Amino acid sequence: MHRFANPARFMRLSEPALPWLATATALLLGVGLVLALFVAPPDYQQGESVRIMFIHVPSAWMAMCAYTSLAAASACALIWRHPLAEIAAEETAPLGATFTGLCLVSGSLWGQPMWGTWWAWDARMTSVLVLFFLYLGYMALSSAFDDPVRGRRAAAILALVGFVNVPIIKFSVDWWNTLHQPASVLRMGGPTIDPSLLWPLLVMGLAFTLLFATLLVVRMRAALIERKIRALEVTQLEAADSRVFG
Amino acid sequence: MSGFRALLLRDLRLAFRQGGDGLMAVIFFVLAALLFPFGLGPEPEALARDAVGIVWVMALLASLLALDRLFQGDWEDGTLDLMALSPLPLELAVLAKALAHWLLSGLPLLVAAPIVASMLQFDAASLPRLVLALALGTPTLSLLGAVGAALTLGARRAAVLVSLLVLPLEIPVLIFGVAAADPAGIGDGLTHVMVLGALLALALPLCPWAAAAALRQALE
Repeated sequence: MHRFANPARFMRLSEPALPWLATATALLLGVGLVLALFVAPPDYQQGESVRIMFIHVPSAWMAMCAYTSLAAASACALIWRHPLAEIAAEETAPLGATFTGLCLVSGSLWGQPMWGTWWAWDARMTSVLVLFFLYLGYMALSSAFDDPVRGRRAAAILALVGFVNVPIIKFSVDWWNTLHQPASVLRMGGPTIDPSLLWPLLVMGLAFTLLFATLLVVRMRAALIERKIRALEVTQLEAADSRVFG
Repeated sequence: MSGFRALLLRDLRLAFRQGGDGLMAVIFFVLAALLFPFGLGPEPEALARDAVGIVWVMALLASLLALDRLFQGDWEDGTLDLMALSPLPLELAVLAKALAHWLLSGLPLLVAAPIVASMLQFDAASLPRLVLALALGTPTLSLLGAVGAALTLGARRAAVLVSLLVLPLEIPVLIFGVAAADPAGIGDGLTHVMVLGALLALALPLCPWAAAAALRQALE
């Protein structure tokens, strides 16, 4: 656990890994998009608009995956005072909020031609909207204190409390029979979706996961560098101070 | 347990000596609920249909009112440090303060809700279930509110921030609370009452624990 708590080690390990991660993301995203937009057949009921699924479903997965990692990182930060986990959690939140927003917007665009409505107060959609507000609350809380450490710790507790929403989202379509379709990929007894659509979806899911990982590493590196710059500025100011006031 | 009682009585006494701070929540609840006939139009059928939702949303908002002061005063004058040092676990201290908050804001709502509901032409036969649902739901609101208040202790614009954090978490209470008393609702309202009880049973140990953790961060 503590072997990886060292920010310098993280910078050293992530530097050579980042180009590989980025290349893999670009490759998979390219292959996935070609499969999703050109190779996959149009759905017999939904026609071409089924292709929104290849953005919508992976965003939804990542929205929940990002919240789960946010909660896990927060737990590590609270229990072991792990400095990297703290940064990881803080940098995960805007990414998760973006994926959640993408999921809500693409779902709305898909809902209009399919269900004839932009929005319905269905259990799945409402719980994802709550997830979006949880991300916003996390970010608002972590930036609401003059002491950034205190803000991050308070936000970490909020992330753990808000985690109750994730299983609610996952099982909302099974518990409440509403407009949103029930689970069709991750379910007991295997997926019910046709392989011609399932494979591009899985490739896109993996591509989104790698995209999340790449962006997270970039953001974490940027945050660490920013801290280093701030620390240098403070020492410079102190040096200037001591020259003036001796 | 004597520490718990002392803390609870102290909070209640403080509220009464400050001249009816607790009454504010009820007055807000009644006043805001009575704005709806003006906003929606006074047709009895429309009001009767929306009465449960209005009562519940107003209960949610009324429970937010005093939240930002829940720990603020004690934090500013150092009482919170003494509570953390006292033999009473901080979790129980949070529980005592949440209970005081509920006695001052939730319990008066239970008394006012039937009056407001009947003014909104709500079906009298479903009233006991509405009160039962509120009795189970409002303590959960106070407990979740205590977590929000503890998290935002010392934050900038804490009062607004509390609502941003707490309202999303309170949505399940709202959903099942409305379903429990809705005469036009699907199925048996009692199942929803039981879910409200389950939510309270979950919040009772978890919320004081999270709030106490947040308070310890604030005191560091």
